[in-house]
Amino acid sequence: MEEIRIGVYICHCGFNIAGVVNVEEVAKYAATLPSVVISREYRYMCSDPGQDLIKNDIKKLGLNRVVVASCSPRMHEPTFRKAVADGGLNPYLYEHANIREHCSWVHDDKELATKKAKDLVRAAVKRVYRHEPLVVKEAPLNPNVLVVGGGIAGMQAALDIANGQNKVYLVERDPSIGGHMIQLDRTFPTLDCSECILTPKMSDVGHHPFIELFTYSEVEEVSGSIGNFKIKVRKKARHIDESKCIGCNVCEEKCPWKTDSEFEMGLAKRKAVYIPFAQAIPHLAVVDPNLCAYIKSDGKKCGACIKVCEAQAITPETLLKQTDQIVEFDVGTIIVATGYDQFDPSVIPQYGYGKYDNVLTGLHFERMTCAAGPTGGKILLKDGREPERIALVHCVGSRDQNYHEYCSRVCCMYALKYAHLAKELSKADVYQFYIDMRCFGEGYEEFYKRCSEEGVNFIRGKVAKITDEALSDEEKGKLVVISEDTLLGKLVRVPVDMVILCSALEARSDAENVARIFNLNRRADGFFLERHVKLDPVATPTDGIFIAGCCEGPRDIPDTVAQAEATAAKALSLISKGTITTEAAVSTVDESICHGCGRCEEICAFHAPKVASKNGTLVSSINETLCKGCGACAVVCPTGAISIKHFTQDEILAEVAALTEVS
Amino acid sequence: MAEFEPQIVAFCCNWCTYAAADLAGTSRVHYPPNVRIVRVMCSSMVNPLYVLKAFEGGADGVLVAGCHHSDCHYIDGPVKCDATVDKLRKVLHVLGLEDERLRRELVAASEGVVFARIIKEMVEQLKKIGPSPFKVKTEALA
Repeated sequence: MEEIRIGVYICHCGFNIAGVVNVEEVAKYAATLPSVVISREYRYMCSDPGQDLIKNDIKKLGLNRVVVASCSPRMHEPTFRKAVADGGLNPYLYEHANIREHCSWVHDDKELATKKAKDLVRAAVKRVYRHEPLVVKEAPLNPNVLVVGGGIAGMQAALDIANGQNKVYLVERDPSIGGHMIQLDRTFPTLDCSECILTPKMSDVGHHPFIELFTYSEVEEVSGSIGNFKIKVRKKARHIDESKCIGCNVCEEKCPWKTDSEFEMGLAKRKAVYIPFAQAIPHLAVVDPNLCAYIKSDGKKCGACIKVCEAQAITPETLLKQTDQIVEFDVGTIIVATGYDQFDPSVIPQYGYGKYDNVLTGLHFERMTCAAGPTGGKILLKDGREPERIALVHCVGSRDQNYHEYCSRVCCMYALKYAHLAKELSKADVYQFYIDMRCFGEGYEEFYKRCSEEGVNFIRGKVAKITDEALSDEEKGKLVVISEDTLLGKLVRVPVDMVILCSALEARSDAENVARIFNLNRRADGFFLERHVKLDPVATPTDGIFIAGCCEGPRDIPDTVAQAEATAAKALSLISKGTITTEAAVSTVDESICHGCGRCEEICAFHAPKVASKNGTLVSSINETLCKGCGACAVVCPTGAISIKHFTQDEILAEVAALTEVS
Repeated sequence: MAEFEPQIVAFCCNWCTYAAADLAGTSRVHYPPNVRIVRVMCSSMVNPLYVLKAFEGGADGVLVAGCHHSDCHYIDGPVKCDATVDKLRKVLHVLGLEDERLRRELVAASEGVVFARIIKEMVEQLKKIGPSPFKVKTEALA
């Protein structure tokens, strides 16, 4: 067996490590450990001269194992593996000791921190001694991309990728693409009409030769890994013949069954058969099976739509027999852009949402001010009158320890937009109740100034209560907004006719399920977690899956679009390379010990082990492209036949033993 | 005599708890230096032998920590780890080790503060119950 020659490198990381850990002492200590040939300390190991130390020592001193003690391996393990490879060694003959995040940054007792650093280095040395060279394999990457969510984020990402002539599958849960943005009236701070800027993009997506659109569909299953994901999509039954429907709307006109329109936030009705909104893409009718009398009576009642559909897109067959379809396809990368839910303010009872007719949310106001909306662009109270006074309440459900601690980022700006629109579309006085005005984006501060000059009343304070209990004649028949005015230092009561609650953006109610399907992590606030908050903001811990838009946290349209384009760039760079490297630290079976009991098959979530007969005996074998290297099979293996490369029992036992040794 | 300083070995999954410990570092959330972390890819990778080895070596406490059940990078690793830890507790009981010496926690990548709190709690608790009986024996023999 070849002699093991280990090089140990202790990084100062400037004062980040050396300020607490005595790096010279650690390096001297490491030099005394068995098989350590050289032990050095250096100011910045990740710098080029730092890496050159390793490369030169490998050549000059014949090192065949390397340990670097520095920051987290999640940060620089790839850097040093590459340096080791550049020095001519297999990159897996390397071990990383984390003496910054796990030591110098969390401890202040220099002596104990130094002792801990020595322990960690000793454990790394014992472990690297046992490392074996591993081969990273290349596998082809499927160039097709799945984009989940047909809002502005998903559409932008899909268009960028498809414009490079790559196939995109775009899956949207609702009957039409457009997302929340198509519900908005105008967009701050430029006040350009949301529909006008969005519908051309929707049309591009709908007609793009490289985009296959699945609306009214949901992803049910994702298996596989980067380069080769297998996708299962449930295409819900529209109960019409999509190939025949021409979107003429006659069925909707004749249908007698009504319910609140989701698109119009309940401010208008829709029918049992309907097209969600005028610019819907695809422009196809959809039948609500829970409302359609024909479906509910199994064809005994109604059937008005069947009679009027000249295109014969609606027939007894489509209404009664059409079922959900499962569609399967393969992709190499996935972009998740599933958006947000608007916070439901009814959980704050003192604001009276759901109790008072004229306490509304932001999305209600968006529909109301929209010229094509349910009131024809007029701001109207429930009884049809025009309001004389409107209150805008900021931070509803956000910046509030009882609900969401985070700032929802867009509410200040959309509240300013509402103030401007209220002034433009009505004669109402506008009162803004704010905690702080956060106008950070391009042209935002200028828009704030403009609204201030338009005569909007700004009251700094969090609203305590909204009530219809009048204390004076002026308050009779009004909604009274009770708030502290922190600038005047007193309680104010402002009687108004309409209150708009600027509700927070929150994680989708089914985000947990989506996270499970796509193997995403979530933050404490429920949004999806990025791989690195600053330096890898659209990647996720799962290779090949990216996130864009409000599913990652509240953001405005420009940020969402930029992020969507970033995910497209990520996908396109993978497609352009064309191959992926597969996990090298995977399970392996010692066939001479394996009894073929199948425990590994039972426990594996990825179906990597398979027991089969080989030369007359049952043995397990691992499909390395499916194995993710979690190691669960090795734990349950009763014979010890299975081990995980790079995390073998021998290695971890040696590491644990070294950690509990007294230095 | 110096105050007893418990020795803790923590098995942390790469994706969540190891990252949480990184986050505690990045955010400079201090905790006692009594813990040594072993990085495993998944908490389901933790073999009962590793925990027993730590106690054999003289660890006063062992932490096995990984993702929350819904966050697992490998779908259902925490469930498998829970099963391992349940079995392990029975073995520790037979060996005469107190239940508190083995702690199982779910700490997400975002929960750096939680990680630091757990280590603080463990150190305090282990100080109360004293050194591991294994450690005393090992030292007595030496």
